[in-house]
Amino acid sequence: MSTTSRITVTAVAAAVGMTALAACGSSDGGSTDAKTVTLVSHDSFAVSKSVLAGFEKESGYQVKVVQSGDAGKAVNQAILSKGNPQGDVFFGIDNTLLSRGLKEDLFSPYKAQGLDNVPAELQLDKDRHRVTPLDYGDTCVNYDRAYFAQHKITPPETFDDLIKPEYKNLLVTENSATSSPGLAFQLGTIAKYGENGWQEYWKKLKANGVEVVNGWEQAYNERFSGSAAGKGKGDKPLVVSYASSPPVEVLGKKPEPKEAPTGVATGTCFRQIEFGGLLKGAKNEKGGKALLDFLLSKKFQEDVPLQMFVNPARTDAKVPALFTKYGATIDKPATVAPETITKNREQWIKQWSSLVLK
Amino acid sequence: MALPFAFFALFFAYPVASIVGRGLKDGGQWQLGRIGAVLTDPDVLHVLWFTFWQAAASTGLTLLIALPGAYVFARFDFPGKQLLRALVAVPFVLPTVVVGSAFLALVGRGGLLDDLWGVRLDTSVWAILLAHVFFNYAVVVRTVGGLWGQLDPRQEEAARVLGAGRFAAWRRVTLPALGPAVAAAALMVFLFTFTSFGVVQILGGPTFSTLEVEIYRQTADFLDLPTAAVLTLIQFTAVLGLLALHAWTVRRRESALKLVDPAQTARRPHGRGQWALLWTTLVVIVLLLVLPLAVLVERSFAGTDGYGPVFYETLQSAATADSTFAVAPLDALWNSLAFGAVATVIALVVGGLAAAALTRRGGRLVRGFDALLMLPLGVSAVTVGFGFLITLDRPPFDLRSSWWLVPLAQALVGVPFVVRTMLPVLRAVDGRLREAAAVLGASPWRVWREVDLPLVRRALLVAAGFAFAVSLGEFGATVFIARPDHPTLPVAVARLLGRAGELNYGQAMALSTILMVVCAGALLALERIRTDHSGEF
Repeated sequence: MSTTSRITVTAVAAAVGMTALAACGSSDGGSTDAKTVTLVSHDSFAVSKSVLAGFEKESGYQVKVVQSGDAGKAVNQAILSKGNPQGDVFFGIDNTLLSRGLKEDLFSPYKAQGLDNVPAELQLDKDRHRVTPLDYGDTCVNYDRAYFAQHKITPPETFDDLIKPEYKNLLVTENSATSSPGLAFQLGTIAKYGENGWQEYWKKLKANGVEVVNGWEQAYNERFSGSAAGKGKGDKPLVVSYASSPPVEVLGKKPEPKEAPTGVATGTCFRQIEFGGLLKGAKNEKGGKALLDFLLSKKFQEDVPLQMFVNPARTDAKVPALFTKYGATIDKPATVAPETITKNREQWIKQWSSLVLK
Repeated sequence: MALPFAFFALFFAYPVASIVGRGLKDGGQWQLGRIGAVLTDPDVLHVLWFTFWQAAASTGLTLLIALPGAYVFARFDFPGKQLLRALVAVPFVLPTVVVGSAFLALVGRGGLLDDLWGVRLDTSVWAILLAHVFFNYAVVVRTVGGLWGQLDPRQEEAARVLGAGRFAAWRRVTLPALGPAVAAAALMVFLFTFTSFGVVQILGGPTFSTLEVEIYRQTADFLDLPTAAVLTLIQFTAVLGLLALHAWTVRRRESALKLVDPAQTARRPHGRGQWALLWTTLVVIVLLLVLPLAVLVERSFAGTDGYGPVFYETLQSAATADSTFAVAPLDALWNSLAFGAVATVIALVVGGLAAAALTRRGGRLVRGFDALLMLPLGVSAVTVGFGFLITLDRPPFDLRSSWWLVPLAQALVGVPFVVRTMLPVLRAVDGRLREAAAVLGASPWRVWREVDLPLVRRALLVAAGFAFAVSLGEFGATVFIARPDHPTLPVAVARLLGRAGELNYGQAMALSTILMVVCAGALLALERIRTDHSGEF
């Protein structure tokens, strides 16, 4: 072996050793000690560092956040590791997944402080308090204001509007089988037209040229003409997205525009409520309870809108101007009972697939 | 052989067997009836058929387009060759989420092809096939080209002198020598396209589905473990069958080769034919590989007010932003590099030992192990990820929230690369050299160090490069492993892409560009090391 290659080998070995050491140093050590409390969540979870630090300082706990996949995957992982959970508190099981989680008996009851400030319609487990409502958001059809102004058409407002001839070939939605907003939109139509009528509606929607793509990213970033990410190159002025998407379009724009470039068809919304709960078998139950109290505290709740772009569950939490100015208030969102969703979910998706995709 | 075996038993066989077992064993009873039910479902059969034929078509197309490329890289000298060779490997290591959308900008609606000729390939099977070529071009160029460059051209020349035509000389001399490498490359491409996930999801639209996509949906979305288990078993069987076929063809063709320094074999092209070949290859590379990447870079600079580094600046300011969502690019980069380095070392140690053992010993058991090593490429990341979750959850292996899981999962994918790159070269080493060294009194360790190592160091570096690059871009398993907040670059990109707004999208493109540059840089550095020492051959 030549000297140069020996140097290379030594250098590589040293680099790797250092990397390994550094990685050890930055890992968080064991989670079993009573001073650490672990939050298990999906990839969309976010919080202001200062708000989290405030909790850590007040309570004396170190918070470790463990995230994996989207909401559905995170819940399924929690189900798989039932009894020996990955952490103490779970954040982010929504009403479309809730009854699966409750049936699997994932959570220990705990009534978090401040629950009195949460409206009753969000409290889907108000008798047993196994889960605590923490935020909600709506999935709605978004429209591109510029397109409709230019073509002098009124944007659609309701599910019924979407099957009218003037909106032919304008809507892009997501595959119910692979995308959570896609499924939410389908559930919205089920809430509106009933378990027996929704298929008829989708037949008409298909005849009216609805296009289906697999993910929200493609629908919104690539196909929707109103998203800034697509640079106006998209070909569909209607897309299934969130009620909070218009405020996000405005975020960081200078100077602030008078209105968001996109709007929300308020009669097409399906409400998703996100819950948190104390995981059964939590190693730090006391810390977990403190963490749940914090998640429902005014401080965290007021942090929620700009971190995760959903609405706080507490009515007394202030919502930022960005939301009130550019967002839409949805008065009558569609909902389906969690038990009904869990019971029919797979069957509905299958029926939807064979109806719409084939 | 004990170490690689233990590694695979613990971090692959045990988790995967557990999750499959849990699916098939409902309430303590084996539910084997499920197998029949799933197998006769026409939807499943349709998916199975599509998975097979698109993989076969993709492999054929990739070989067709990339084999001339392998020749060009092996035999010709031209300016910018190193850079280009590093560049063609970049798509391979980028997360499909990112490349898929860049590819869509080319062949999709309103894309370049659409603007020029009104051709749209998205939601057609052609988009899937072309994207597979895009991703796997480097696999063929590097595995086949690597060996091709080391074949002594004088053998072919000798055949010509003895009266063989150009084609006959190539067919009788070069092709048999290249056989194992071509077969290895084809196998890898087939495996990758057979288990294709992101490409099919993004480019194929909702009407196409592969086995891998179905397994993912049944496991991650529906938690229908029984169906997922049966599908996993089908995929297993198919992959094992392929590997058996591969082992059989390779064994028939293997022979010791005389390897030479590639610097001596490559020369400037001469004659019209060779120049034409070079230019055609370059055009193909530019159209198929460089253009989608260029779209990505273009988007990372395209702000609302014209071009500028605005997304890079905001990324940097995200480092100090008051949110756990924001990932400082340098942190994500550091996480990626650290995980990648650890994964590469694991893959090299495990894969290198396995390859050495496989060279020395024969027998059925060893060959079975050879196939086993390839299996992680044929198993869904979600199966492995969920398997980790239910098995590595108790001391002494409670690794669930430890950072170790990420490099371990990445190494699982890296090992097959190491083995497949090392094996053809190790087997091509003339056994008599080892015997001579042993006769002269060298210990086995010394024989390996002074005979094998110098001859295979190139292959070792290529293997390391692949393992490292694969870990950099690895997304599937990383995202399923609940990890404390150390997001890698691909995970950070996916997080940004999942949010509305120009800023998030632009930042995602900027991060992807950084990932691309880092990958290209790492691969380029390896190219340099390779040529620095090639004089020793």
